[in-house]
Amino acid sequence: MSVSVPHALAVWQRNAAMYRRTWMWNILPNFFEPVLYLLSLGIGVGAYITQMGGMSYAAFLAPGLICVAAMNGASFEVTYNIFVRLTFERAYDAMLTTPIEPDDVLAGEILWALTRACIYGGCFFIVVCLFGLAPLPRALLAIPIIPLAGLLFASVGIAFSLRIPNIDMFSFYFTLFLTPLFLFSDIFFPLKERLSGAWLWVAEVLPLLHPVRMARMAFRGDAPPIVLWDLAYVLGVSALLLVWARRGVRRRLTN
Amino acid sequence: MIIEAESVSKRFGERLAVDRLSLAVPAGVCFGLLGPNGAGKTTTLRMIYGVTRPSGGTIRVFGIDIGRDPRAVRARLGVTLQQNVLIEALTPIDNLRVFGRYHVLREPELSRRVDELIDFLELRSHATVPVRTLSGGFQRRLAIALSLMNQPELLILDEPTTGLDPAVRLALWSKVRDLRAAGTTVLLTTHYMDEAQRLCDRVAIVANGSVIAEGVPAELITSRLAPAAVELDCTPQEEAALLNSFGAPSKRLRAGGRLMVFLDDAAALVTHAHARGNRCDLVVRPTNLEDVFLAMTGTTLEGGS
Repeated sequence: MSVSVPHALAVWQRNAAMYRRTWMWNILPNFFEPVLYLLSLGIGVGAYITQMGGMSYAAFLAPGLICVAAMNGASFEVTYNIFVRLTFERAYDAMLTTPIEPDDVLAGEILWALTRACIYGGCFFIVVCLFGLAPLPRALLAIPIIPLAGLLFASVGIAFSLRIPNIDMFSFYFTLFLTPLFLFSDIFFPLKERLSGAWLWVAEVLPLLHPVRMARMAFRGDAPPIVLWDLAYVLGVSALLLVWARRGVRRRLTN
Repeated sequence: MIIEAESVSKRFGERLAVDRLSLAVPAGVCFGLLGPNGAGKTTTLRMIYGVTRPSGGTIRVFGIDIGRDPRAVRARLGVTLQQNVLIEALTPIDNLRVFGRYHVLREPELSRRVDELIDFLELRSHATVPVRTLSGGFQRRLAIALSLMNQPELLILDEPTTGLDPAVRLALWSKVRDLRAAGTTVLLTTHYMDEAQRLCDRVAIVANGSVIAEGVPAELITSRLAPAAVELDCTPQEEAALLNSFGAPSKRLRAGGRLMVFLDDAAALVTHAHARGNRCDLVVRPTNLEDVFLAMTGTTLEGGS
């Protein structure tokens, strides 16, 4: 069994059809959130910090927060929303009465989570540009990082969602997994100035660190060799988790 | 044959949900799987459209092994699940359009088909309001419309009228008849004996995961019991007194305090009862599939004397 592109797109279109109804309301918070972060941290906290990583604090925060936006966009989609479609709306039961197969469901959902990541991350990117925090045009190179971060967190989230028994488990996922990542992934302070030796190596397991580092490179306009490791991490971990999720989807949807 | 299931079993852990069930559904008929909840009907349907894998046996639909090419089979059939799977926030038209894309229908075919189905199931008056505001009957009609999106050769209906009021049931039955008249093969499950009897050309009675009887409803009734049923309230002593003097007919059934006697000629027993001065209420009615089911499973047919 393999993915059929038209059927995967049909899964994507179902989600898009529902999103289209409410996109105005959905997309507004996507703009407010970065504005609030940048105002509070960049202009508020930043006023007490002359420099971080060789730039203003707001400029230091900007690339990392774009990745966080992409992470959140994908994560909500593959956790709460997928769980609702799976158990309450029974959307996949309906799909499986048609030629759609579990692989198409997985592909369509990942694609949709990527779409949401791009909407979230894209809005944040626009706001960062409007604040004058993105050194254009080279910061445009950070745009492909948005779907990469989306892919990584869509894969992590879906692998988790397929294996939990009830919707309450997601609060663990958000508070004990995503929040620590948010706080300790090089976004608010340069990890390598605060951690030393072995701890720096341990930090490399944090998934969010890799998109953040790549976005920062794009903003800085350089590409040290470590970019290859970051890229390999994002693609490799996503691929492994998707292989695992593929079995999970089949087990949840068929028996 | 549209569906050929041979000795199909399905085990969930310790529980055997379907036990060496065999089924042959010819083209163009309305075929009913009749049985109580938990008899294995839904599991059987799921195996037929390929989302549950049999633990044993083979299933061919349209001559295709369902395990081998489920996409090809599902492209040619439609399924209305027992539980509605509508998108409540969207309108019927949008639900149909989303479902059309599952079958990879493209414009202008998609819009044309949506329009046809809105008309066929008489949903026009409610076509543009959110599904959550529709009554149960409208939602059920829409659910059936979705399963007709690909003009299926085989329509599978899982408990199509459960929970609906009588007028809505009648309306849905007439739609199913229209479809069958147009050449669609229909396979439905039901635990309503009247639904099976009035709608189905053939029924298979399912109990504990197996088919225990199969055939044309009227023939099942006459071969297993008899066309007429006489019901009366009486004690076992009264029963013996009444029937022993009437040649002790063997096809009878007791459910609670109620006795049912199945005969070719009900009038003779009525006359006999009146002649004996029996004053209790007698009800004469046609025998139905429920009687057959009761006779074969729940309550045993009592043999003579």
